[in-house]
Amino acid sequence: MDKQKQTPLYDVYKEKGVKLIDFGGWQLPVQFTSIKEEHLAVRTKAGLFDVSHMGEILVSGKNSESFLQRLLTNDVSKLATGKAQYTLMCNEEGGTIDDLLVYRLSPTTFLLVVNAANTYKDYHWFLKQKSGDVTIEDKSDQYGQLAIQGPFAEGILQKLVKNISLSEIPFFGFRADVEIGEVKVMVSRSGYTGEDGFELYCRSEDTPYLWNLILTNGKKEGLLPCGLGARDTLRFEACLPLYGQELAEDISPIEAGLGFFVKTNKESDFFGKDVLQKQKQEGSPRKLVGLEMIDRGIPRHGYKVYDDEREIGFITSGTQSPLLKKNIALALIDAHYATSEEMYVEIRNKKLKAKIVPTPFYKRKKE
Amino acid sequence: MSSPKELRYTKEHEWVKVEDGKVRIGITDFAQEELGDIVFVELPEVGTEITANEPFGSVESVKTVSELYAPISGKVVEVNEELNDSPELVNESPYENAWLIIVEPSDVKDVDNLLTAEQYDAMISES
Repeated sequence: MDKQKQTPLYDVYKEKGVKLIDFGGWQLPVQFTSIKEEHLAVRTKAGLFDVSHMGEILVSGKNSESFLQRLLTNDVSKLATGKAQYTLMCNEEGGTIDDLLVYRLSPTTFLLVVNAANTYKDYHWFLKQKSGDVTIEDKSDQYGQLAIQGPFAEGILQKLVKNISLSEIPFFGFRADVEIGEVKVMVSRSGYTGEDGFELYCRSEDTPYLWNLILTNGKKEGLLPCGLGARDTLRFEACLPLYGQELAEDISPIEAGLGFFVKTNKESDFFGKDVLQKQKQEGSPRKLVGLEMIDRGIPRHGYKVYDDEREIGFITSGTQSPLLKKNIALALIDAHYATSEEMYVEIRNKKLKAKIVPTPFYKRKKE
Repeated sequence: MSSPKELRYTKEHEWVKVEDGKVRIGITDFAQEELGDIVFVELPEVGTEITANEPFGSVESVKTVSELYAPISGKVVEVNEELNDSPELVNESPYENAWLIIVEPSDVKDVDNLLTAEQYDAMISES
């Protein structure tokens, strides 16, 4: 592994004495104060995240749309300029190479936001598949990215924005020309927490300014800086997948319950289509289900799941939900058992009882 | 940060306190701080024999599971049941309310081999 990478906020963290950990090669904070506190701030007020580690790949050229149609499972032809789309990228076997957001900047220009740990892999996969008039550029180093999430996110951010009204940005819509304080930022209404909020893409060198500006101005409303810990528990309660856990090269989007984002009816052929279409029609061999522990214990990533004696799958993510205070998990299990009521999770050599519960565990109430 | 002088410590961040020939065991302030919000504590039942340097239970934060290692060998005579419902006590009061177990040691003199507060503080200041 090469040298640990630092986000543009590294100096801010050092100055404040924030403890950093290694996350997929990046030095990032798990928490600023407490995961629980940060988690609850996002659910009830607002939180600010540094997500500058995410990868940004720019795809442009006359054939960029048809190129992406072949690589991605969602239908890029339905994506208007100024809108973003969640999509998956699969291999020929239907396994997941990555999950990502596609922003259509112009009819022939797309910004792809990919998982930090997959940036290198994705970029080289794109290069390998490139054909026709397509230019692919890894712009990750040039972008800083922040996410402001929670019911107060819009109000806090709007006070710093003079040139547009954020209420005009719909869910998964974006504006590339938003002036926040003294800098120009691309702002989308999107996020990874299950709350309303925005993701902000700025020049790498503007990130510390933007971070401090938003934090200072949001303090009164209860905005807290949030680390990776809360990011994970928030996305988990909302059942948003995490690559490496719910998704992997040997897990298909259908198995992970993401069939909505796999458009097998789109005109273009795409990687994994045959397998994914079959899984959509006939059902996938495994299914992702929600579990809640009946016995005392916290299910965690990698723990095995049993139907009595028979091993039927494993936990992809699990923890004690900070909001619901329940010990819950997502488990990828043999589809035959997806309609069972109860099963067992092996925790430190003990088989503890759990029941299947509906997902998502948390859903925001729309006003 | 300086740890209470009257306690002895392990490299695994447990503390012990000798009381009338018995030994009370908990985890240090440094440990709870490193772990973050504690949401679950798993302890042995009364009567269990524990062995020095072997796991006897675990504490879990939102993020991770951390095993508890026995500072000494002996028999568990009391367990802090309050931690079942209020694991957050480990964060709030690691040296007082959130003691974990009380053990009847095989040999109470084993406690003398554990780290002193000065030694423990020196160790954590290096990490």
